[in-house]
Amino acid sequence: MKIAVCVKRVPDSEARIKIAADGKSVDDAGVKFVLNPYDEYAVEEALKRKEAAGAGEVVVVSVGRDAAQETIRTALAMGADRGVLLKTDAAGLDPLPVARALAAELTDGGYDLILFGKMAIDDSTHGVGVMVAELLELPCVGAISTLELADGKGVAHREVEGGVEVVEFSLPAVLTADKGLNEPRYPALRGIMQAKKKPLEVKDIALDDAGIEVLKLEYPPERKAGRIVGEGPDAVPALLDALRNEAKVL
Amino acid sequence: MPNVLAILEQRDGTLKKVSHEVLAAARILADGMGGEAHGLLIGGSGVSGDGLGAFGADTVFVAAAEGLERYQPDRYAAVAAAQVGAGDYGAVMVAATAMGKDLAPRVAARTGGALAADATSVSYDGGVVVTRPAYAGKATYTLKLTATPAVVAVRPNAMAPIQADKAGTVQTVAVEAGEGRATTVEMKQPESAALDVAEASVVVAGGRGLKEAEHFTLLEELAAVLGGAVGASRAVVDAGWRPHSEQVGQTGKVVSPSLYFAVGVSGAIQHLAGIRTAGTIVAINKDPDAPIFKAADYGIVGDLFEVLPRLTEEAKKLKEG
Repeated sequence: MKIAVCVKRVPDSEARIKIAADGKSVDDAGVKFVLNPYDEYAVEEALKRKEAAGAGEVVVVSVGRDAAQETIRTALAMGADRGVLLKTDAAGLDPLPVARALAAELTDGGYDLILFGKMAIDDSTHGVGVMVAELLELPCVGAISTLELADGKGVAHREVEGGVEVVEFSLPAVLTADKGLNEPRYPALRGIMQAKKKPLEVKDIALDDAGIEVLKLEYPPERKAGRIVGEGPDAVPALLDALRNEAKVL
Repeated sequence: MPNVLAILEQRDGTLKKVSHEVLAAARILADGMGGEAHGLLIGGSGVSGDGLGAFGADTVFVAAAEGLERYQPDRYAAVAAAQVGAGDYGAVMVAATAMGKDLAPRVAARTGGALAADATSVSYDGGVVVTRPAYAGKATYTLKLTATPAVVAVRPNAMAPIQADKAGTVQTVAVEAGEGRATTVEMKQPESAALDVAEASVVVAGGRGLKEAEHFTLLEELAAVLGGAVGASRAVVDAGWRPHSEQVGQTGKVVSPSLYFAVGVSGAIQHLAGIRTAGTIVAINKDPDAPIFKAADYGIVGDLFEVLPRLTEEAKKLKEG
């Protein structure tokens, strides 16, 4: 089973975001970057599937700056076999040019599965994975929480508002992983040592022109200061009074 | 003049409320472009697009066929892309729901458009301008979509439906038969017909302060009284107390209810990011220094096991009164 996992380097979810002097981007200084948490589920699923098949290869692909090599190494430390960085300094806020670059890399790869996290936690677009499937004209199920594969066919569940959709498809396919699909493994020390020696190819690319222009990036409006209405259960009437008569939400 | 297409969403043949919000977004852009706001409703035979003039639609196109009752990713994308190709569309609006988030990138890929998800406002200024949260609400982008069509997924509860004095027309569109590459064969209903945390106008969320999974019944009772949904912090989802579908925060759902209760939630930065656009935030926590109080509009410092039952009881009286 040959599996590609596409990953993204993103600021850690606990990181504070500082807006750069240009007012349009994030100041990276001092920010801890991690493998996008949803991509961890995709990496784990790829490793499990390869292990179950007893043979195969897991290739980690990323589009991004040179520093994304570190992100790819994280996935290699989890157990993936090799990495490819499609290197560009472009911000990649428009998902379609990113998807085109990935589709061009993956199209002749002979992959049975192409996995993504359902979204990156920086811009949360849910775009690139599904777009790659469209460009490659492959079956695609987005945001899956379960996966069964047998005889070149698959069934996945995806959570929707008030229910779960059961979706059938055949391989090769593109799937994007939601939380709950599996429990991602932590890279062991041995894996981290081995990852340093695994092949990681860096290809310089140019993304197509973005169809999105950033006019500004700003902090959200400060919420107005709140107040403590009281202590313990005796404060409940004051709270309800405030919700009804001040906030007018009850 | 380019028109704007609003892709509407139905469940079991009934239009979802968020579709009115999507039409409102389409109306704003259509007025800016000097074009028309069109709806596209995809569903099973007999699905109706009547009465949407009152929500701002000039025309609603109905694509009804056997097999389209449920969201079918490829077939829905084909219908939407065909409609975009058949008209002069400057923008396509969808709801940022499970369906919309999956459909929007498909439409953008098929039409060569630019995609912006989770928009909290749209306007027209020589191009489609959207605001959308980044880093789960820690910052806000203002973006101009320069590729055509601009494909925008609109966050539920972010925009108010409009009321228009329009008759609105309905046209049926032909749907090509065929199979999708992937097929939705079943929609499993949950055991309880719980409201989704991203769509509910009231959310009652709990954190580690609840101490045990069983104690979430306290939140369920309050949610039931207020007609709301139960939410959960990352800590309790990771502990397996609640399903991931209820998780609020940067690695869960970003929510915009009019009223949000954070009960026994300390207020980690990634959780706060997910509730920044909530209307009114109420925090109940025994630790007066918990960061959640800084984000809250109203707080009660106290033992949630004493405060919650009282709150549920008094809220019930208020609702019944």
